[in-house]
Amino acid sequence: MTTAMKPSASATSSRVFGSGIRRREDPRLVTGTARYTDDITLPGMVHAAILRSPHAHAKIRKIDTARAQSAPGVVGVYTARDIEGHLKPIPCLWLVPNTDLKIGTYSALATEYVRYVGDAVAVAVAETPYQAYDALDLIDVDYEVLPAVIDPQKSAQSDAPRVHGEFPSNQAFHWTVTGGSDIEAAFKSAEVVVKDRIIQQRLIPTAMETRSAVAQFVPATGELTLWNTTQNPHIVRFACSVVTGIPEDRLRVIAPEVGGGFGSKIAQYPGEFLAVFCSKKLGRPVKWTESRSENYQATTHGRDHVQEVELAATRDGRITGLRCKVWAGMGAYLSTAAPGIPTILHGLMLSGPYRIPAVHEDVYGVYTNTTPVEAYRGAGRPEATYMLERLIDKLARELKLDPVDVRRKNLIPPFNDGFDVVTGLKYDSGNYEGALAKALDQVNYKALRAEQARLREQGTYLGIGVSTYVEICGLGPSQVAGAVGFQGGLWESAIVRFHPTGKVNVFIGASPHGQGEETTFAQIVADEVGVAVDDVKVVHGDTDVTPMGWGTYGSRTTAVGGAALAVATRKIKEKAKALAAHLLEAAPEDIEYASGRFSVKGSPDHFKTIQDIALLANVAWNLPAGMEAGLEATTFYDPPNFSFPFGAHIAVVEVEAETGRTVLKRYVAVDDCGPQINPIIVEGQVHGGVVQGIGQALWEECVYDENGQLLTGSLTDYAIPRADVLPDIEVLSTVTPSPHHPLGVKGIGEAGTIASTAAVYNAVIDALAPLGVTGLQMPLTPERVWRAIQEQKKGARR
Amino acid sequence: MNPAGFDYYRAKSVDEAHRLLKAHPGAKLLAGGHSLIPLMKLRLSRPPAVVDIGKVAELSGITLKGDTLRIGALTTHAELSSSADVRKAAPALAEAAAMVGDQAVRNRGTIGGNVAHADPASDLPTVLVAADARLVAIGPSGERTIEAGKFFKGLMETALTEDEVLTTVLVPAVKAGEGTAYAKFSHPASRYAVIGAAASVTVRDGTCQSARVAVGGLVPRATRASSVESALSGQKLSAESIEKAAEKVGGDLGGDVLGDIYASADYRRAMAAVFVRRAIAAAADRAR
Repeated sequence: MTTAMKPSASATSSRVFGSGIRRREDPRLVTGTARYTDDITLPGMVHAAILRSPHAHAKIRKIDTARAQSAPGVVGVYTARDIEGHLKPIPCLWLVPNTDLKIGTYSALATEYVRYVGDAVAVAVAETPYQAYDALDLIDVDYEVLPAVIDPQKSAQSDAPRVHGEFPSNQAFHWTVTGGSDIEAAFKSAEVVVKDRIIQQRLIPTAMETRSAVAQFVPATGELTLWNTTQNPHIVRFACSVVTGIPEDRLRVIAPEVGGGFGSKIAQYPGEFLAVFCSKKLGRPVKWTESRSENYQATTHGRDHVQEVELAATRDGRITGLRCKVWAGMGAYLSTAAPGIPTILHGLMLSGPYRIPAVHEDVYGVYTNTTPVEAYRGAGRPEATYMLERLIDKLARELKLDPVDVRRKNLIPPFNDGFDVVTGLKYDSGNYEGALAKALDQVNYKALRAEQARLREQGTYLGIGVSTYVEICGLGPSQVAGAVGFQGGLWESAIVRFHPTGKVNVFIGASPHGQGEETTFAQIVADEVGVAVDDVKVVHGDTDVTPMGWGTYGSRTTAVGGAALAVATRKIKEKAKALAAHLLEAAPEDIEYASGRFSVKGSPDHFKTIQDIALLANVAWNLPAGMEAGLEATTFYDPPNFSFPFGAHIAVVEVEAETGRTVLKRYVAVDDCGPQINPIIVEGQVHGGVVQGIGQALWEECVYDENGQLLTGSLTDYAIPRADVLPDIEVLSTVTPSPHHPLGVKGIGEAGTIASTAAVYNAVIDALAPLGVTGLQMPLTPERVWRAIQEQKKGARR
Repeated sequence: MNPAGFDYYRAKSVDEAHRLLKAHPGAKLLAGGHSLIPLMKLRLSRPPAVVDIGKVAELSGITLKGDTLRIGALTTHAELSSSADVRKAAPALAEAAAMVGDQAVRNRGTIGGNVAHADPASDLPTVLVAADARLVAIGPSGERTIEAGKFFKGLMETALTEDEVLTTVLVPAVKAGEGTAYAKFSHPASRYAVIGAAASVTVRDGTCQSARVAVGGLVPRATRASSVESALSGQKLSAESIEKAAEKVGGDLGGDVLGDIYASADYRRAMAAVFVRRAIAAAADRAR
């Protein structure tokens, strides 16, 4: 079996590709010298603060800004009436076709109605941020409070309060996917069917840096510079041009240091556009930075599905069909990429790493009176993986089979160059059994099960949870993007520019914000043409400087942007070869390349270094006929397919029966993202991803009350994972290169999140099995677990 | 997060703090700032003035003299948890201080601020009530000492008057045969106590001579669990007798058991016995 098909890339240990060098981003981050958007201060700058709706649903009867206008330091107070004609509605940019998509108007400031707690109502601008916030207290808004709807499934009912009155129901879209053989027949002939109702609870992304924008409009030139915490400055420029009417060529978007996004900084928001509007109106630079409370209320959330799922199988554990209905909460407005997440990124991954002959899913995207829902690390795939992995464990329990055996019975066998999946995708390469075997080895699965049995007799409840996954990233072929309604391309670009001294600047369209591509991308160039890693500087995040690109999300930066960079660097190499041949008076086919040297075959002392070539190409004193001066290459890379990383995770937990508390004892992650450019960075991404997934399983839940008030509005209520409650994460990998990527790499940003929620959930339920508990909803808080145990005890007594 | 406007004054002495409090009605005292400032940033508290006592020398320092531990109000949680004197004379207090918030909070937050704020989910009040500590406050008319059991009046309510400054916490040092411990059920987000249980147990020949037990987190103020105490005293200590005594805590909780979306009142009520048991067991263990 080709378990660890090492690519040529890691054949020698001296190579820069594959070496775990330290992240060059870190010194500035850990010494506090990095410059974020909120660190930017411009002469004459004023500060904006946004008044947000305290009601989940209300009609605005009247807004009186007079008192605020005359408050100290205030230079402007604006409402929907003021922005009319200046700011168009914020567009949704993923118009999934054949879904009867209904887009509710998403205005930067609410016009007649507010639709969630946090909906922007007015903006105040003042000399200091304190004065701007003080002014908000002086804006009088007369609301007529209306009934609100929070739960996605309830919102789909015909009698639910209507979030957007212009539509006949709260349904924003209905999307279906059907694949393989007849689904009805699969369930009719099933030997066993297991069903579940799953709440994929709403989560709050909680990037360390809250959102911020500084807009500087220069009336004399009509040019706008917008500093913005974003994952995709080029999309911001495009959207900002559409909304504000400022031509794209006069609009420069800069993403300075960005302190994490996890999907929440993909979306376009009122805040940025209001900063632009105010700067235009006042002729002064305007800064807007949200507080953590605002971040929790008005920056996008993730997940929020209600799923009704059923799995058909034979009695020996072969899955024969999967059918589900999903009500996906969209919040009050369709955020930028929102419709694509529960559909394309969720439904098409329905069958996971398994051969499932028949699948069918109905997805109902519904409006609710809540914060808009967007991508959150994993975006759609965790919701698919969790659903399937939870159901498979349920099936194993029903059939009294080992959950590992059930998985093995259904996994797609290893493949190196394409596997056609029932939903229409073509997985690029995979060895799911290999990853699972490695994870089982690591925990010594058989011995662990024996230990579990022994401990159970002593009243200690150990649980073992397995999750095997495959995910889709490296988004994606632009033709497919178009076909699935994404309002843009999904290629990436890179410019490699050699300076006369042999130093290199790389300019990329993608926009890393914590993932470490300033390091890994330098490694790619160094590895391809033999320059030192330290001689390569990677520039990103400025639309006036970098070539167009679609941004950093969906684990696509290395998978797509890295491919662009490899291709561009190889163009440099070809030109260098041609110039070396000319200078060494040899035929180009007689030039050999090794470790930064271009030499003549058979006479290794007769060579030019890449630095020689860089100088001679730039001075251009002696170029072959027809060769342009300079040593620079640009590539726009459109991937031929998505990439499909995969792996197997195992969680070991102990549940304390008397309190219901779960303690994580061990966590093993085996991930396969293809060849690793920098294993330390891969490990970091796995750590972060795993932890966020564990967070969903055990702690995190965004809670609204029935009136739409956010009850988990701060970090004192919303529990993100802390280091002291996590075990050491054992990070392992297998290597199965992507057949279509120039470097074979696949992407690793989201894998951990996609796998870990199900692994931990399955482990807790496994621990509870002797107590009779068979299913719970997340997060698995002590009280929930304890109550479930009490219920079982009561039942037993009866 | 931008608080509403306020005036800031720094006091160099307790006397000056009194003068400033008098001159600026509604002013709030600021020590470590870890309770007051978050409220001000959320604009839930809008004092017209803040009097910073963070540099008042007479309010700091820990001394162990005879059988009393004197802790200055400005002592941080980090100092409490690392002080050799506190660890020796009041082990449960050091233990609880190490469980407050996170390291940043422990480095700045003070015992005086914590106690004066009287958040029901705080750790230190529970320990101080179980320890029979006394709190010293100085007002314009002089000094008075208040028993911890009478200091905490209710939800964020203490016996302090508007013009008093809490200066010192007096904790009786553990005696021979006495063990103290604190057991906590932490909220996963805030790290406040969902339930806190503190116990002080004096043991002779395996028999409990006397016990003081207090619970916090689930009640509006740190509260003595007298049913548990009387069930314990005179008993041979064993896992069973401790469990039996701890189960009496339900009767000590009163009618206002707190609950929230993370842990309901019913659940907390059920869990109180578990944490009281753990605190007693750990204290009894140390008493040996």
